[in-house]
Amino acid sequence: MSMALDILSWFCMLAGGVFCAIGAFGLVRMPDFYTRMHAASITDTVGAWLLLLGMILQAGLTLIAVKLLMIALLLLFTSPTATHALAKAARARGLQPLLAPGEDPSKP
Amino acid sequence: MFAAGAIALLVALALALVRAILGPTVFDRLQAANTIGTVAMLMLAVLGFLTGRPEFLDLALVYGLLNVVGTIAVLKFFRHGDLGAPGEGVEPHP
Amino acid sequence: MHLASLGIVLYAFWLLLSGYFEPFLLAAGAGSALAVVLLSRRMHIVDREGHPIQMIASVLLYWPWLIKEIFKCAWDVSRIILSPSLPISPVLVRFKPTQKSQVGLTTHANSITLTPGTITVEATQDEFLVHGLTRTAGAGVIDSEMDQRVSKVEGYR
Repeated sequence: MSMALDILSWFCMLAGGVFCAIGAFGLVRMPDFYTRMHAASITDTVGAWLLLLGMILQAGLTLIAVKLLMIALLLLFTSPTATHALAKAARARGLQPLLAPGEDPSKP
Repeated sequence: MFAAGAIALLVALALALVRAILGPTVFDRLQAANTIGTVAMLMLAVLGFLTGRPEFLDLALVYGLLNVVGTIAVLKFFRHGDLGAPGEGVEPHP
Repeated sequence: MHLASLGIVLYAFWLLLSGYFEPFLLAAGAGSALAVVLLSRRMHIVDREGHPIQMIASVLLYWPWLIKEIFKCAWDVSRIILSPSLPISPVLVRFKPTQKSQVGLTTHANSITLTPGTITVEATQDEFLVHGLTRTAGAGVIDSEMDQRVSKVEGYR
């Protein structure tokens, strides 16, 4: 049983780390500010949660697991708020998003 | 296993740092700073497990709270030039 | 009613974070929770909107669906990031959400932002402005399943 839990938590932590790195890689690779935010939100959500889930499985039913769960909840509430504030501030400052060919930036 | 997670997080940290240095706008740098904050928070949690000191989790929680407050404070400063500005117009309740 | 539940939640939060059960720390926690409750009452933020206890049961049903959706979208966006040709087609879409209250609108806007591939740029009562990483992601937020589910969670209709 504990062997299966160990393997599951291994898998979760590895996948979380890989997702974090993919998100950061997208942050470097994407062409403009708005598209970079999509990449960063992978790190903030899936990568972080999988890492925390892996650690929760290692911690078992203790106060440590509760604290890890609180970190996950904190991310669930604060990361979209910060992202939305950034996007809104950028648009209010007049930073135009790069759009696909055929899309009219003045229309929406 | 925790070491593998820590290495992946360090890679993510380095990549986010590249974006923070490249820029080009202030919002790119802020986004990178926010990502670095998230990764640092996870790094603290992993470090707590690596060294067997769960007190690091409290530091991670506080770091996460400071991260979002810091990002929003800097944003507000760039938008209004003033930390005490009232911000958005408050909409009436339905 | 809302004040009492806020106080209980805050005290539980203190106990879980501290993990020590000595008389002094228990009393300090009670004092802090009470102070925060009084301060929030003075700010008039403890009501259906500020402390929405009527949403707890439905939100616990909504989160698993949301997390499943986030994983699906994260997988798609990861494949886009790793593919050599970078097949993105960023779009801006506008649509009208069906939620009535501020809490419902915030939940909807934050759910859209949490999902990789879509970001709410502007959120008002009448209109959401959403930036999508691809055309399909952008089109997927208009009158979506998420919209209906959040309206159900909100519980006004």
